[in-house]
Amino acid sequence: MCLGIPGRVVERFEEHGIQMGKVDFGGIIRRVCLECVPEIEISEYALVHAGFAIARINEDEARQVFAFLETMQELNELQATAEPVRLSHSIPPSQRQE
Amino acid sequence: MKYLDEYRDPQAAGRLVEAIHKITTRPWSIMEVCGGQTHTIVRYGIDELIPSGIRLIHGPGCPVCVTPLELVDRAVEIALRPDVIFCSFGDMLRVPGSQGDLFSASARGGDVRVVYSPLDCLSLAERNPDRTVVFFAVGFETTAPANAMAVVQARRRGLTNFSVLVSHVLVPPAIAAILSSPENRVQGFLAAGHVNVVMGYEEYQRLAEQFRIPIVVTGFEPLDLLEGVYRLVLMLEEGRIGVENQYVRAVHSAGNVRCQDLIHEVFETTDRKWRGIGTIPASGYRLQQKYSDMDAEQRFGVQLQTVVECADCISGLILQGIRKPHECAAFGSRCTPEHPLGATMVSSEGACAAWYNYRRLRIPTAVGAEE
Repeated sequence: MCLGIPGRVVERFEEHGIQMGKVDFGGIIRRVCLECVPEIEISEYALVHAGFAIARINEDEARQVFAFLETMQELNELQATAEPVRLSHSIPPSQRQE
Repeated sequence: MKYLDEYRDPQAAGRLVEAIHKITTRPWSIMEVCGGQTHTIVRYGIDELIPSGIRLIHGPGCPVCVTPLELVDRAVEIALRPDVIFCSFGDMLRVPGSQGDLFSASARGGDVRVVYSPLDCLSLAERNPDRTVVFFAVGFETTAPANAMAVVQARRRGLTNFSVLVSHVLVPPAIAAILSSPENRVQGFLAAGHVNVVMGYEEYQRLAEQFRIPIVVTGFEPLDLLEGVYRLVLMLEEGRIGVENQYVRAVHSAGNVRCQDLIHEVFETTDRKWRGIGTIPASGYRLQQKYSDMDAEQRFGVQLQTVVECADCISGLILQGIRKPHECAAFGSRCTPEHPLGATMVSSEGACAAWYNYRRLRIPTAVGAEE
């Protein structure tokens, strides 16, 4: 859970006094805080952890890391909905055995 | 070299493996700090590609694994309160406490939610003014900026119904504790790249000098790890101490200073108990006094009870690199990812889960026979 996930910044805006943005993670769009990467521009790539951008990275690196995280099934956190959990979800897909 | 065809660039991987064999003249014990690195090493068989004399020891860098049992119990206790919406990263929900996990709290009527970001909790708090939203703030330094920003923003937005249950842990004190242990066998470290994206590696230079060891800041992809091992073995063979940065694509020596400022605005260091290891001085973060009104432990007055771990679980020895997962009698039989006895089997970054997912069929134990 400590790994950053690369995504492409598709929108920037200010909200409650901080820099926020929408970031595209392979088709999943999430709201991300951009306050600590103020130099990043739309269409550039950010390394994002827990909805918070920690670095700007180049496109090649971003694509490579994202593909790797897909292989490792490390992208589940992007699906979190903040809805009450149900027991049918008790085993994360990454740990289900075939 | 059966694993090499799975690499993004098998030829580059082959060259690195060959180079590691060429420079290695004696046995070395290396610890990879990060659970994500452990996952990659086991998945890609990196420990089986390098010379058998190089022992890769899986370190304690899985925040889910080292969150103390007592704090999981405390989380469950808070989650069961009818006036609470308890939010967490998904990995924490199945970590067994002594009285069940957060999923069982949900089954008993607790309102437990998985969030993508701690910042998502703030809008939940705004939409539910008659309830308190509590976020389980676990993680290493990589996660601290996001959690700190949630606290800062809650204050700025005047939210009085948001609090955090903090269990942050820090890498450098854990490295120092491992190196100070009389049982220590680790001679060099692969540091956790994404932690260093935030924190840089100047503090690691001091560690390297104090303990006279080499450290290589390393990424978590297979080629990163092979290169990290190569550079670390070269430093060991040449008797060099200090810090090298393999992960230059993302890490700078000073780290992200804005992130660090944010962390220091909200948190201060504190002694922290690590599950399976014990208390390590100044190895965690707690809220600064000025944010203590958002401290869930103070708000709910729940008391830490010392709880005894399951006697069958050796996760403490595994987290210190003293034992390997398959050396545990419960591995794969009484302890599986579906029914974990200890936290190292819960998280996909835990050493036991990684071994279970990728190695169990090759281990001649009862579980192998059952498959």
